[in-house]
Amino acid sequence: MNTSMSKGYKSSRLGAISVPAEIILHVIIAVFSLTCIIPFIFCIIISFTSKQSIANIGFSFFPQSWTLDGYKYVFNMGKQLWLSYFNSIFVSVVGTVLSVTICILYSYALYRRDFKYRRFFTLFAVFTMMFTGGLAPTYQVSKIMLGLSDNYWALIVPLLVNPFNFIIMRTFFQSSVPDTIIEAATIDGSGEYNTLLNIIIPISKPGIATIALLTVLAYWNDWFSALLYIDDNSFYPLQYLLWQMQSQIDFLAANSGKGLETVVNVATMPTQSFRMAVVVLVVIPIAFAYPFFQRYVVAGLTVGSVKG
Amino acid sequence: MIQNTMNSSELAVERATAQNRMSFQRHKKTLILLSMVLPGAIWLLLLRYLPMFGIVMAFQNWEIYYDNPTLFSNIIHSPWVGLQNFAFLFATSDCWQMLFNTIAYNLVFIILGTIISVAFAIMMSELTLRRLMKTYQTMMFFPFFLSWVVASYFLYAFLAPDDGLMVHLFKNLEITQLGWYNDTRPWPYLIVFAHMWKNVGYTVVLYMAAIVGIDSSLFEAARIDGASKWQQIRYVTLPHLTTLIVVLLIINVGKIFSSDFGLFYTVPMNSGPLIPVTQVVDTYVYRALLNTGDVGMSTAAGLFQSAVGFVLVLITNAIVRKVEPDSAMF
Repeated sequence: MNTSMSKGYKSSRLGAISVPAEIILHVIIAVFSLTCIIPFIFCIIISFTSKQSIANIGFSFFPQSWTLDGYKYVFNMGKQLWLSYFNSIFVSVVGTVLSVTICILYSYALYRRDFKYRRFFTLFAVFTMMFTGGLAPTYQVSKIMLGLSDNYWALIVPLLVNPFNFIIMRTFFQSSVPDTIIEAATIDGSGEYNTLLNIIIPISKPGIATIALLTVLAYWNDWFSALLYIDDNSFYPLQYLLWQMQSQIDFLAANSGKGLETVVNVATMPTQSFRMAVVVLVVIPIAFAYPFFQRYVVAGLTVGSVKG
Repeated sequence: MIQNTMNSSELAVERATAQNRMSFQRHKKTLILLSMVLPGAIWLLLLRYLPMFGIVMAFQNWEIYYDNPTLFSNIIHSPWVGLQNFAFLFATSDCWQMLFNTIAYNLVFIILGTIISVAFAIMMSELTLRRLMKTYQTMMFFPFFLSWVVASYFLYAFLAPDDGLMVHLFKNLEITQLGWYNDTRPWPYLIVFAHMWKNVGYTVVLYMAAIVGIDSSLFEAARIDGASKWQQIRYVTLPHLTTLIVVLLIINVGKIFSSDFGLFYTVPMNSGPLIPVTQVVDTYVYRALLNTGDVGMSTAAGLFQSAVGFVLVLITNAIVRKVEPDSAMF
């Protein structure tokens, strides 16, 4: 089911629909496909539109004049934006490494048929997908008891475990690791951790890549943890910075005064193109990496969807 | 004789030590495997199971105990009020509004989403230009990888006060407008559109994977028997998709009381005038907790959502197990 997406599509016209019908299909599908990416292109255009043009004709696909002002501001504003960029990258990398490690360990134990408490720990994880204490108790426990407040842990810990990933990973183990390998390794005197590290992980690389990519994406796109647990703007991740820029238009202007040579004047600030420039900078890493990881994510989601 | 008994007792001893060694090995293995689940189990214990005890806050008039404001002492010192929070909650019209919104949006998402996704998957599987088809798929899947915050800016580019594309278009056409972020009327459509925009690409991928899995000789046989394209879709493709459709349908019905927080919070830019059409249970729980500081009500609403959701998931999972045992969650 998740092997080759291209297999089975018709490659000749034998048995295909008529040419006019196919043209109509192309038009319908193309329109929808374009709808999916045009807003991003529009934001790119706005980020290069001059303040004058926006004042005259608003946001337009065909601005009267182009400018780099938005990006100049981004690069001159310095601090907050780059700090947020760093926060997002740092949290994504550390979070993903920890999360994937936890996931491999947990789901490998669930995969082992000879694990005495297999059923218990499966239920232990699955139950949390069906019943939760809700936002309010989780918030209280996280913030007051565990101290997830204005620190990097507050951005990392809430997404560290996802029982869906345990199930996806276990399914990957079941489909790619033969039971006999583990028996053989045990007879050869290989310890459990050694078997996992040197035998299981190398043959499960595609599955691990899928989980890692889904996790990186979850961290990169996360703003909810920041909304709940972060007040100090030095811990803002990019996504949350973007959200804050919406509600506080001159948030960055107010913050740029801290030790920066550039004097920011809110009146001359290219607010709109500047905002859109930040949107573009947030999406760019995903847009570039996306064609490469799409395949893995498709594989993971087709396994996980029905299971989850 | 003596030799023999010696031998048999030695054998017994040896067998016993071998058994000991084996049971030791088994224990050791269990311990090592337990050490593997430990980090994940601790996380689940602290961030999922511990908060479940916090549910008692739903039955309390939550107060912060300032002498020693830890969570435990707050709970100990808050007065019990029984079901009062629930009584208050269900007495408000806000509550019925948000329940209606949650269920109505989810029903539309389920029905419209299924129809659109299946239609696109079938249409795309009929295309002969494979490279173009892959390009379409890549484009459609793109929004799935973006956050709702980013998506909210995309919409903002069209609806922004003063500068938005639609705002200018309407101004040029001399249509009077209230301002998109103040006018509730277009928002049910915009919310549904935003949901489809972000998620259809993903469900199309799922359905296409299922269509690819259909044995192509079935289509050939149907063609030789003179079946038209419509008949092939009607009698070969759709029956093969039925299981997946039913399973996804049931799973989504199980989640009918919960919704995507970002879609209802960031896409309307958290705009106050839009709350009548954008308030869902999840946004209510958030706003009651952090904007109005009503911890008891927030917990009560969250508990209601979680409890009803739990029952629904149990029911729907039982049904899924009957339809397609492999797809059942447990």
